[in-house]
Amino acid sequence: MPNALKLLQNKFSDCIRETNCHLGDTSAVVNKKAVHDILEFLRDDADLNFDLLVDLTCVDYGEGEPRFEIVYLLHSFKTKARIFIKAQVSEPDPQVQTVSDLWHIADWYEREVWDLFGVSFKGHPDLRRLLMYEEFQGHPLRKDYSIDKRQPLVTAEGTNNSQITPTLEQSQQAMEEYVSEENGLSVRHMFLNMGPSHPAMHGVVKIVLELDGEKVVGSDVGIGYLHRAFEKHAENISYTGVFPYTDRLNYVSPIINNVGYALAVEKLLGIEVTERCKYIRVIMSEISRIADHLTCIGAMAMELGAMTPFLYFMQAREAMYQLIEEVTGARITVSYVRVGGVKADLPAGFESRVHDQLKKVRAELKQVHRLLSRNRIFVDRVQGIGAISTADAISYSFTGPMLRACGVDYDVRKTFPYSNYDRIDFDVPVGENGDILDRYLVRMEEIEQSCRIIEQAFEKIPVGNVMVDFTGKEIPAEKMADLGKFGQTEGLLLQVAVTDPTLLGAGESEHAEVRHADKRVSLPAKEKTYASIEGLINHFMLIMDGHGICPPKGEAYFPVEGANGELGFYIVSDGSDKAYRVRCRPPCFAFVAGFSKMIEGCQLADIIPAFGSINMIAGELDR
Amino acid sequence: MGLRSLFGGDNVVTTKLDEAIGWARKYSLFPYPFVTACCGMEYMSVSASHYDLDRFGAAFPRFSPRQADMLMCVGTVSQKIAPVLRRVYDQMCEPKYVIAFGVCTCTGGFYDNYATVQGIDTILPVDVYIPGCPPRPETVIQGLMLLQEKIQKQKHEY
Repeated sequence: MPNALKLLQNKFSDCIRETNCHLGDTSAVVNKKAVHDILEFLRDDADLNFDLLVDLTCVDYGEGEPRFEIVYLLHSFKTKARIFIKAQVSEPDPQVQTVSDLWHIADWYEREVWDLFGVSFKGHPDLRRLLMYEEFQGHPLRKDYSIDKRQPLVTAEGTNNSQITPTLEQSQQAMEEYVSEENGLSVRHMFLNMGPSHPAMHGVVKIVLELDGEKVVGSDVGIGYLHRAFEKHAENISYTGVFPYTDRLNYVSPIINNVGYALAVEKLLGIEVTERCKYIRVIMSEISRIADHLTCIGAMAMELGAMTPFLYFMQAREAMYQLIEEVTGARITVSYVRVGGVKADLPAGFESRVHDQLKKVRAELKQVHRLLSRNRIFVDRVQGIGAISTADAISYSFTGPMLRACGVDYDVRKTFPYSNYDRIDFDVPVGENGDILDRYLVRMEEIEQSCRIIEQAFEKIPVGNVMVDFTGKEIPAEKMADLGKFGQTEGLLLQVAVTDPTLLGAGESEHAEVRHADKRVSLPAKEKTYASIEGLINHFMLIMDGHGICPPKGEAYFPVEGANGELGFYIVSDGSDKAYRVRCRPPCFAFVAGFSKMIEGCQLADIIPAFGSINMIAGELDR
Repeated sequence: MGLRSLFGGDNVVTTKLDEAIGWARKYSLFPYPFVTACCGMEYMSVSASHYDLDRFGAAFPRFSPRQADMLMCVGTVSQKIAPVLRRVYDQMCEPKYVIAFGVCTCTGGFYDNYATVQGIDTILPVDVYIPGCPPRPETVIQGLMLLQEKIQKQKHEY
C-alpha cells in the first residue's frame, strides 16, 4: 500500500471508507465532512507534500445512492506521487466543504462543479455560475438533464445582470457609488469591460476591470462563451465517436488531445499499442506542439504590434499543417488517433519531408529570435510584466510552459512518460521569473526541443511492414468492396487493396503495425472486412450501436503533456459502449483562473501581452 | 493591359450607377472577425501571407463594428455569446454583410446540444454560408468571392 494511504489510514482511520489501487491509481473514498482536513493534511504533511490540486470534478451516479462523488486529484512535486480523494455527497441539498482556502484554483473548479452539477460548496466565497449564463435553469451535466434540452435565448434587452455590457448610465452610477479612501484621498475607480469580443482577446473571454487611472486594481474574468458540452457529448456517443470532439478541445494541437483520450481508454482496457504506433503518436504530437507554440508566440507578438513574426510563424505553421494533412487528410480537426492505434500508417517518403519542413521551422525560429528576443521594444513590454510567483502558480495549478517559466521543472513527458518519451533525449527548458518574457523563451526553446524529439523518433521508429509477400495483385479498395458486397469473395483474401491512408485508413499490409491486435478495439483491415465473414462480423461488432468498444467497469485518469500543460482525461466506465463520464482536465483553465492575480497592479496595456502569453484556447477552456 | 486598355483611349466608360457602386463596394470590404473557436485557426491561415485574403480587398480587420461592413462569424456560437453577436451586428452600419464561417455557424454542426445556437441565421441574417469543419482556406476564399459576386449584382441604396 502506498505511503500516502498508510499515513491517511493512521491519522484519519474513522473517516476513510475505502481505499483502492486500481490501474496504478491510488484512491481513497473519505467521509465528506473530513475532506477539508484530509486535503489540508495531504498538502501540508512534510513527507507527502501533495501541493498541486491537479483536478477537482464530480461524477453524477444518477439513481445511485449517494448520488454525487466529488473527485480531487492531487500531485506531489516532491515524491511524484498522485492520489485521488473522493467524497460522496447525497441528495437533497448536495453540499461539501470548500477547499478554495487551500488552493486558489479550487475557487474556479468548485464554481464549475456547482454550475454543471449543482453541488454546492460550503464556505465558498463566490459561488456563481462559471460556464453557463446566469439565466440558465438547471445543471446540464446531471444525468437527468438531456443533452438537447435547449433553453430560450437570452436577448440583449431581456438580460438584467449586465451580461453583455453595462449601459453608460449603469457604469457611471457604479463609478459614482464606488469611492474608496486611500491615504486620506478619496479615489474613484473606473470599471471597464474587456471582451467578450475584443481584438486582443483571441478566443472569447470577458474581463471586468477595476482601474485606478491606468492601473489594474482588480478584475473578474468571465468564461464559458464557448461551452460546447464536450463532456456531455462524450457520455452520449461511442468511445470512438468522441475523437472528433476531442479535436475541437485544443484546436491548435488536436492530435495531442486525440492521443490523451486514446491513452485513457487504453488504460481502462489494459492494452498497449505497437512500438511503431507509439512513435507515430510521438511524431504527430510534437508536430502539433510546434504548430501550437508557433501560433501562440505569433499571435502574442502581433498583438504587441509586431506583425512580421506573426507572418513568419504562420508560414512555418503552414508547413506543419501540410505535414499533418499529408498523414491525416485534414489540416486541423484530424481525428487521427484510434483506441488501440492510429487510423493509418505514415505515407511513403514522409520522413524526408518532415526533415525539410523542420529546416523551415528552424529558419523561421532563428529569424524571430533575431526580431524579438533582444528587441528593446519587445523586451520592455514583456520583461517583469504579468509575472506570477512559483507558489501562486502551483496554487493555481499551473502546468506546462507557464509553470516551467516560473522555474518548476515539471513535464508530464518526463514525470509520467508515455508513448516511449522516456527513450527519447530532450531537455525541459525552465525560466526564472515567471514573467511573459520567460514564457516566450520557454516556448521558443520547446519548439526546438520538439524538433529534436521528432528527429530522434524517426531514428528509433521500427520499420513498417510495408513490403509483404502476396500472391494476388493490387486492386483499388473500392473495387474490393464492390466484389465483397456481391459475394465474390473467392481469392479476395490473397489480394492487397490499394488504400489511400488519409481517407480509407489502414490496409492489411500496415494494419498490424499501427493497430492493436485486440479485436475488442481495432477494426479489422479493410481487406478482411470485405473478404471474410470473420472480418465482417468483427467490423460490425465494433460499429453497431451498443456493441462498440466496451471497456470493463472502472475508472482511469491519464495525463499527457499538451501544448499548454497537463491535459488529462478522467473516464468512468460502466461497462457499456458509452463512457459514463468523461472529464477533460484542461490546462489553460488554470491560467485563466490565475489571470486576475497575474495582472494585478499592471497597466491596462499590459493585459494584452499577458493574455497572449497564457495561450488561452477557448475550446479547451470552456469545453 | 490593365485599366488603360480596359477603358480604351477616350477615357469614358458608361455603366449603371448600381454596378459602379457594387464594383467599388465589393473590393473594399472591412471584415469584423467575430472569432470564437477552431475556425479561427483557418481564419489566421487565410489572412496570413500564404493564402492572403488581402488580394480580394478584404483583409484589414476592423475590430470596431462601427468601422466594419462585413461580419465574419468564425466558429461556434453558444447560447451565452449569442446576445453579444447580435449586439455587434446591430452596431454595424449599413450596408453590411454577414459571412457564416464554418459549419457551426451555418447549422450548429455536430454540436447538437443545450449550449449551442443551431445556426446563426436564427439570430441574424446571413449572406454567405461557408461550410466545413473548419473550412479550408480555399473554401473561405470561394465564399468571399461569392459574396463579392452578390454585392456586384445587388441593387444598392445610395
